[in-house]
Amino acid sequence: MKNTIIEVTNLKKDFQVGDMTVHALKGINLKIQQGEFVAIMGASGSGKSTMLNILGCLDKPSAGDYKLDGISVAELTRNELAELRNAKLGFVFQSYNLLSRTSALENVELPLFYNDKVKSKERRERAIAALESVGLADRMHHMPNQLSGGQQQRVAIARSLVNDPVVILADEATGNLDTRTSYEIMELFQRLNSDKGKTIVFVTHEADIARLTSRNIIFRDGWVIKEQMVAERLSAADQLKLLPVGDHEA
Amino acid sequence: MNYVNLVKIAKNALLRNKFRAFLTMLGIIIGVASVIAMLAIGQGSKKSIQDQMSSMGSNLVFIMPGSQQRGGVMMGNSSSQSLKLEDMEAIRQQCQNISAVSPEVRTSGQVVFGNENWPTSIYGANAEYLGIKKFAVESGRVFTEREITSLAKVCLVGQTIVEKIFPKGMDPIGQTIRFKNIPMKIIGVLSDKGENSFGQDQDDLMIAPYTTVQRRFLAIDYIQGIYASAASEEKTDAAIAELQQVMRKQHKIAKPEDDDFRVMSQSELVKTFTSISDILTTLLGAIAGISLLVGGIGIMNIMYVSVTERTREIGLRMSIGGKGRDILMQFLIESTLLSVVGGVIGILFGYLISAVVGSLMGWPVVIMTQSVVVSFFVCSAIGIFFGWYPAKKAAGLNPIDALRYE
Repeated sequence: MKNTIIEVTNLKKDFQVGDMTVHALKGINLKIQQGEFVAIMGASGSGKSTMLNILGCLDKPSAGDYKLDGISVAELTRNELAELRNAKLGFVFQSYNLLSRTSALENVELPLFYNDKVKSKERRERAIAALESVGLADRMHHMPNQLSGGQQQRVAIARSLVNDPVVILADEATGNLDTRTSYEIMELFQRLNSDKGKTIVFVTHEADIARLTSRNIIFRDGWVIKEQMVAERLSAADQLKLLPVGDHEA
Repeated sequence: MNYVNLVKIAKNALLRNKFRAFLTMLGIIIGVASVIAMLAIGQGSKKSIQDQMSSMGSNLVFIMPGSQQRGGVMMGNSSSQSLKLEDMEAIRQQCQNISAVSPEVRTSGQVVFGNENWPTSIYGANAEYLGIKKFAVESGRVFTEREITSLAKVCLVGQTIVEKIFPKGMDPIGQTIRFKNIPMKIIGVLSDKGENSFGQDQDDLMIAPYTTVQRRFLAIDYIQGIYASAASEEKTDAAIAELQQVMRKQHKIAKPEDDDFRVMSQSELVKTFTSISDILTTLLGAIAGISLLVGGIGIMNIMYVSVTERTREIGLRMSIGGKGRDILMQFLIESTLLSVVGGVIGILFGYLISAVVGSLMGWPVVIMTQSVVVSFFVCSAIGIFFGWYPAKKAAGLNPIDALRYE
């Protein structure tokens, strides 16, 4: 029996906009087990970004409960949330969010700077290992502006891996990339999921990306309207082979 | 969060924008350098005044004529004729705290030798005058008591006069020069004394018996000043009191307000001039301090812009586990690093400027350790003070908004 990493019970989130209350999430229940690769889908305004912020411990629910790796998040303070993010979560963003004029290696090291237990030697070793696992061992000392979009996103993925999180949260991580590079990034995610058993929550609105994951959760108007296992799960590596040759980025 | 990491993070953040960091520091560098240089110049001038004054004799006491009433009309100080030779004699006999005393009369005019001439001043005095005013005789002799009583046309000359009117290599002793058309025989040459702190040449003078100057040049029977040495520096104040007493008795004055003379001492003059120099130093320092403040505001400005510009970076740092306190400390350390590094460079530049100004302009400079230490701590304080508001702003950002910031 695998551990439940994420357990959300009757979770609600309201926002105050002027004198109106917007109910962004109206009562969400979901469970994500260790080793799952889940896609959260939905149109804009469906509540999927709000859900991701809460799952990422960047925001707190208005009502209901959220347990991350057995820890109930609702009662934690701002500082405790920061510690939790540092220990348990890895983020991958649509726009990479790498520090400019900072080498790939130093970008990857960044989360460990906020962890007192990791000494500088170990920090460097772990960052190198993370970069190797995303296939960028030879680009360690490059600056972000010397890397392609796909390579920058790989650096960001390495950064999300370096603290050995229980779950990686990806927010439209392929949104800025062309089809081929998107598949390459998805292949990397699939590999991290299958080979290393990483739990991944992937927010996207692209159906063909969602078909590469193992389970889809579809949001609309603050509700989960559909939850389904992916019947014919595709392999990103196979999809790459189907693409016309010649448009591979340099 | 450990501080070694925070300092590393802050250092890396600054190094990512080296040129801007340098420009920001420039304000502090200029501020600190000018504070140090200005104070060094101010202190230097103060010290040089003190040195000069004490080289003129720290136990020097002198009496100048004061305002005087004549038939109800107040007369100015300079036209006063209140000092007499008898006053000097009374001082010599009655004052125990005075070791030497001399009258002074003076006039200026052209001194001529051969076809050379030079404008100078002649001072009439007695033989003790040289000791009181710390003049030394390089060659020749001082005039005798007999030469004083006989209104002898003899004089001692300073180095400047020797240089200006005598051909090189010629011994002036025994030569006769003309001052205001009266031939004066040179019996001695004074040794070199240099300029005083007001740029006045102390070697440009002639000294003759006071009787000679009084009768032959000025045709007066009063004297223009009385110079005396207190028995020691510590006895200066006692000497002043004694002089005032004797002078009041001589001039039959009951109340101090009615004094027709003024007694001054070298140490009082030193106090006056050093207080002027202190005011100057304070002014210079204050102006330099303002430039330091402007430098600090520059840091605040840049840090403030930097927080806005790096909003996404702040969001990212928060999302990967940076706490509000970590972000606050990072920005505070950045601003403190800027100001402290700027301060250290500024101190070096301050030394450099002081040295260059000192040697180029020939001004004395004294760098005070206090000014270095104080400006260093002021810089650090500026970094923390002016970094606080932007840092607080950064730490208060909501990570979600910061991450989405465009």
